[in-house]
Amino acid sequence: MTDTQARLSRLSAARWRLAVILTAAMTVIYVGFILLVAFNKPLLATVLVPGLSLGILLGVLVIVSAWVLIMIYVRWTNANYDAAVADIHRDHREGR
Amino acid sequence: MPQPGEPNIVAMAGFVIFIALSLGITWVAARRTRNTRDFYAAGGSVTALQNGLALAGDYMSAASFLGIAGLVALSGFDGLIYSIGFLVGWPVVVCLIAEPLRNLGRFTFSDVVAFRLQQAPVRVAAAAGSLAVVAFYLIAQMVGAGNLIRLLFGLDYEVAVAIVGIVMLAYVLFGGMIATTWVQIVKAVLLLSGAFMLAMMVLARFSFNPLALFAAASSEYGTAVLAPGRLVSDPVDAISLGLALMFGTAGLPHILMRFYTVPDGRTARVSVAYATAIIGVFYLLTFILGFGAMVLVGQPAIRAVDAGGNMAAPLLAEAVGGQAFLGFIAAVAFATILAVVAGLTLAGAAALSHDVWVHVFRHGDASEREQMRVARGSTILLAVFSIVLGIAFKGQNVAYMVGLAFAIAASANFPALIMSMFWQGFTTRGAQASILFGTAATLALIYMSPTIQVDLLHRESAWFPYRNPGLFTIPLSFAIGIVVSKLFPEPAAVQGFARLEQQIHFGEP
Repeated sequence: MTDTQARLSRLSAARWRLAVILTAAMTVIYVGFILLVAFNKPLLATVLVPGLSLGILLGVLVIVSAWVLIMIYVRWTNANYDAAVADIHRDHREGR
Repeated sequence: MPQPGEPNIVAMAGFVIFIALSLGITWVAARRTRNTRDFYAAGGSVTALQNGLALAGDYMSAASFLGIAGLVALSGFDGLIYSIGFLVGWPVVVCLIAEPLRNLGRFTFSDVVAFRLQQAPVRVAAAAGSLAVVAFYLIAQMVGAGNLIRLLFGLDYEVAVAIVGIVMLAYVLFGGMIATTWVQIVKAVLLLSGAFMLAMMVLARFSFNPLALFAAASSEYGTAVLAPGRLVSDPVDAISLGLALMFGTAGLPHILMRFYTVPDGRTARVSVAYATAIIGVFYLLTFILGFGAMVLVGQPAIRAVDAGGNMAAPLLAEAVGGQAFLGFIAAVAFATILAVVAGLTLAGAAALSHDVWVHVFRHGDASEREQMRVARGSTILLAVFSIVLGIAFKGQNVAYMVGLAFAIAASANFPALIMSMFWQGFTTRGAQASILFGTAATLALIYMSPTIQVDLLHRESAWFPYRNPGLFTIPLSFAIGIVVSKLFPEPAAVQGFARLEQQIHFGEP
């Protein structure tokens, strides 16, 4: 039981770490974008090619970054977390 | 574009077909709704793709379709800022909420907060937080629905509100979560394909190059349409709104409830990935629709029909696809409203019956029959409430209410949810204090803000200078939860944490 708990706590901590990093990354990206919009409007108004301003490009990239962060989380958990949980769960049941 | 009072035949046909289809779904769902698990959680048998679509259908409101397209059409780039705000909450949902919530609870997010705390006091507070969010969100949707349907179909405002309330009541009352889920799926598919077809018809005129469309817009209205305008004038307010949108998504009861409809944590997680992909694509399409309307319909014509720009997308549909396509888009907008209000009503009914009645009045001991009766009674109560308030708020500017709902969700529900799942020392008193403070402080600050004091009451100035309180109330709710938990330690709650951690990962034993 204590072994199960210790292993679960470790796994829990690993998932929590990733979750917090990804959440923090999203917050920084989004708040950074809002700060740029608030404080440097001329920079975002820069037209890169006709029809595309830096602001539109960065805005689309913020949306893309949300997808990427979710993909990172889903791939990590599908590949590592699920198997680890199944392992601990099996040992836990057999240990009883 | 038909003026109010001039109904469109295709719109009417689409509207009737959608209602017939959705009532058919409800009839089938009603026969499969036998117990509370079916009623609140569709029996837990929804697949990841289905739940992804339903989440998108629950989340994408008519405001985000018509409102953002209108905002882009009238002010260009600024509309994109809004779309982004509504999307960035989803990584938070998947990383911190979806799986633990699925594994710990059954029907409401209060199940999770109350998991190792004292049931009755926590559930009363959590139900209050849920109902506050649901009420404001519902009022905003109903008022929006009344105005929209009046513009689209030429029906009276009161008739429109009553129709939405009654049809939604039929879905939820008889079909529960199974019917609600399928209505949301059908709506998501209709909305996405409608937006996609419309965007393609626009892009066909610009050799399928969005940049050519943006360039046409900037040569007609100036490059300012590609740059930030006046939307973000006060950075503190903008960040405050941003944080409320970001963390509020993870505290919306009707969104959280959807995670109980899937079989396990993994499915919950994958369903968010689908939902985010769908919602993100939809917002990008909306951006194209907005610029399309700006160029092909023209800003003066859009303003002439509705000063807020809400009719930009329907006008664009008429410009590129004629009356028939306009009718189709109008019917899609109607389906959109119904799917959102059904999800909200079900979440409100669950808070009233599952949290308050069953766990507070009956201390968790109520027969299935009684629970179903109370759930259906609550549904009727909420439907009546939404129709009455929808009519009472006729002609009021209720746009701030969606922001208010997100701010309460972020300040009351989100902190308590996070602390209950991830902090061993969280206690019953801490949860109560955090949720009630978050709700009350958000309501008080919004009341004292320029939104109410200056815009609605026409006072000279406001006591609280910002329109969005999230930047202050979210951290304060966390702080109050921590301080009160430290002041009133609860050994039983600490002991329960090991069981909670095990169930977070293993699921229900």
